[in-house]
Amino acid sequence: MKKIRVIFIFVVLLSLQFMNAYGVQRFPKPDFESGYLQPETLQPSARAGLLAIMDVSVLALALALVSWLVLKKRSRTGVFWTSVFSLAYFGFYRQGCVCSIGAIQNVTLALFDKSYVIPLAVLAFFILPLVFTLFFGRTFCAGVCPFGAMQDLVSFRPQKPDPRLNAVLGMMPYIYLGLAVLYAATGSDFIICRYDPFVGIFRFNASFGMLIFSGTLLVSGIFIARPYCRYLCPYGVLLNWASRFSWRHLTITPDKCIQCRLCEESCPYDAIDIPVVDLNPEGRSVTARKLILVSLLVPFFIVLGGWTGSRLHETLAGVNGKVRLAKILLEPERYRDQPEPFEVTAYKSSGKPLTVVYDEAAGVLRRFYTGGWLLGCFIGLVFGMILAGRLLTRYSTDYTPNKGACFSCARCVDYCPVEKNGTKEVKP
Amino acid sequence: MEETAGDPKLNRREFIVRSIRVTAFLGLGGLAVLVAEKSGSGETVWQLDPSKCIQCGRCATNCVLAHSAVRCTHVYAMCGYCDLCGGYFKPGTKTLNTAAENQLCPTNAIKRKFVEDPFFEYTIDEPLCIGCGKCVKGCGAFGNGSLQLQVRQNICVHCNQCSIARSCPAEAFSRVPAKKPYLLKQITLEGPKSGG
Repeated sequence: MKKIRVIFIFVVLLSLQFMNAYGVQRFPKPDFESGYLQPETLQPSARAGLLAIMDVSVLALALALVSWLVLKKRSRTGVFWTSVFSLAYFGFYRQGCVCSIGAIQNVTLALFDKSYVIPLAVLAFFILPLVFTLFFGRTFCAGVCPFGAMQDLVSFRPQKPDPRLNAVLGMMPYIYLGLAVLYAATGSDFIICRYDPFVGIFRFNASFGMLIFSGTLLVSGIFIARPYCRYLCPYGVLLNWASRFSWRHLTITPDKCIQCRLCEESCPYDAIDIPVVDLNPEGRSVTARKLILVSLLVPFFIVLGGWTGSRLHETLAGVNGKVRLAKILLEPERYRDQPEPFEVTAYKSSGKPLTVVYDEAAGVLRRFYTGGWLLGCFIGLVFGMILAGRLLTRYSTDYTPNKGACFSCARCVDYCPVEKNGTKEVKP
Repeated sequence: MEETAGDPKLNRREFIVRSIRVTAFLGLGGLAVLVAEKSGSGETVWQLDPSKCIQCGRCATNCVLAHSAVRCTHVYAMCGYCDLCGGYFKPGTKTLNTAAENQLCPTNAIKRKFVEDPFFEYTIDEPLCIGCGKCVKGCGAFGNGSLQLQVRQNICVHCNQCSIARSCPAEAFSRVPAKKPYLLKQITLEGPKSGG
């Protein structure tokens, strides 16, 4: 009897399994007679929203504290311990999410995707460090960013890389920023989060590939201080721009520079501008020729970059899910020998017409075409400006921190022998 | 800028720097207002829509957590309490008992308990569940679809960009308000939807 029932049920079930009927009451809910109480489906909620307010408060307090320590107290020790705290709180306790670097993408997505609602805490993480940088320089990098703190801790033997190599590697953050904005604006991916080297360490669960990446960064960070901050960080680009126009900034000397050159080697980040005393070392005509060359080269690079970017738009768009799906559906013969990709299974069960998929993909491709032009122009402009910066020398009299590149870590402060009142302290 | 116009130290370079600083500050403020205007509803969390899910199994492997935050959730209100449970038994199972070789779940995370003839209660042992979706597929194909994959918000670490969402072939993941963090499918009394 039981056997017959099982077979009968199986026949029924086999006929049912080809239908796309999800959540349909095939078997009515039984009327229990034994007084059985149906358990509740547990739906535990996320972390309380109050804690997001705490994160923003900690961020604001840490920024204020580091700014005070750098500009008023001039204390490297204070900055160091604040950065250790930030590493513990934003890194290991909050597990690296949300961070200011990644918030670039949320803000971009909010600007381009009207349906996306950005949480206020994320917006605060994006805006607050930039506002503080406009006032006090990159104090965020010095002691609040857990990435910076992590790399600062391992920079035992900082070497100065070749200036040309430095300039070339210095291009990378701009490219990374451009790509991150492009991919966020098109709603494709958050690449900053995807290739976040330290989040795996904060969570103790890095994938093998990412562990190699973060290990390489940390080991090279022993000799080249803060490699991520200098050669990758996209938020650093924005902070660099803001810091150039900051209201106050860390100064190496509390008073007048006495040209003692003690601080010259103190900066692990190559961010101290050495005096260029000779106003015009190469003569007027050479400078004029260089200026003409630069003013011709920069527009050339912009156009060249934009054109290259627009050529590459299809490759760039390959990351987008909609474009990927359309590609798979357009070329079914390429996947004939393989099991059906999950994307196709999902597409079939969604019942969407093929034209809708193609239209969506075409729309994304069009946005990537425009984005490719803009990204290319941006990279071309940056390349031209970096070249211009290397061709043209700027006149300066004292040892000063380069406001754009300086992380305000306050290491140089300890090397300056000048006291606040202008007298020179003689150390035995 | 006007109040500093009389400053004797103000030279051309400083004036430009100040103007840019003020512009940048106002720009940031403008950006914040523009973006924040439609914000305010508070935090969002990631969740997957079970009606889009095709149980491909990537939830189990693509979470940043070694043990995925996506687990099977049992909506008891939808369950038929079947003896032959499509989510519990491997297809073709002849003897309906709790022997390991009969179970569809690779980690023995579904507990089967006799209630009254012929009904059995199925409970998910959440710490054992890996979110592979095998039972969800079985229940959806043969039963009422009361087993559904969900991001368990108490386990999720709330990444800015969910790494499962990135690889989900069905685009089932989306950001939902933290106040209503689950997208459980409830009972539909009408017949099977057309299409598919």
